[in-house]
Amino acid sequence: MEIEQLSCREVVELVTDYLEGALSPDERARFEEHVARCGGCTVYVEQIRATIELLGRVPEGTLSAEAEQELLEAFRGWRSS
Amino acid sequence: MERLRRRDEGAFAALVRMYNASLVRVARIYVSTMAAAEEVAQETWLAVLNGIDRFEGRSSLRTWIFRILTNIAKTRAQRDGRTLPFSALQDPGGVPEAAVDADRFLDPEHPRWPGHWASRPVGWPEERLLAGETMEVLERAVEALPASQRAVLTLRDIEGWSSEEVRNALEISETNQRVLLHRARSKVRRALESYLQEDD
Repeated sequence: MEIEQLSCREVVELVTDYLEGALSPDERARFEEHVARCGGCTVYVEQIRATIELLGRVPEGTLSAEAEQELLEAFRGWRSS
Repeated sequence: MERLRRRDEGAFAALVRMYNASLVRVARIYVSTMAAAEEVAQETWLAVLNGIDRFEGRSSLRTWIFRILTNIAKTRAQRDGRTLPFSALQDPGGVPEAAVDADRFLDPEHPRWPGHWASRPVGWPEERLLAGETMEVLERAVEALPASQRAVLTLRDIEGWSSEEVRNALEISETNQRVLLHRARSKVRRALESYLQEDD
């Protein structure tokens, strides 16, 4: 039985559903089969993963000394209340 | 937790250092200015202190703090008459957005390779990915997203929330969350690609 192949253009629209585990087992198999044979889509999926990984590294803003001081003063006020 | 209940200042300071930046970032989703977001975070800390004796530990401390934050932020947004990006959150449909420009692909009617890459993406050099400048490009791309997409991406990928936590905080369906996340990640990838390839 010939199942219809996904095109690259379809794959890039399914990548989030794939990573979120939202594809049916059948769709998932077609997705993985396509990517395994397609260099362009392999790179694409890697780039999406790299993007997510980089987003996870966005630096924390720093708390200004002034803001921290204000919060600690609020804490002392609370403690003595 | 226990130390906080015992009024230990060091424990409070540690908690503030650990979570304040995240609180401000999440508050910023709801309110319109950075200053308002910082105020919401401040107010949250006061509410945490005032509520700590009643906190029963049914959820994690982190979950509890963020629940207080989102409540305060929503109230504040309402008071400021700001409508959240939530109409867009409820219906992200609208104009379909392609993850990748159509001209990167061959024609869907192409005899041999319909919808196949015409111009394939090229692997990114690892060492440039980690450069500070790349991070700036990334942050600008996030800033440039429509509010609803930025909200979902910030919570999921920057703050690392689960999809369930994001659905609850933003009151959206799983499908809408996924559509918004997809569009947001696709755009950020595209920004990174055009930056990393421009001087090859």
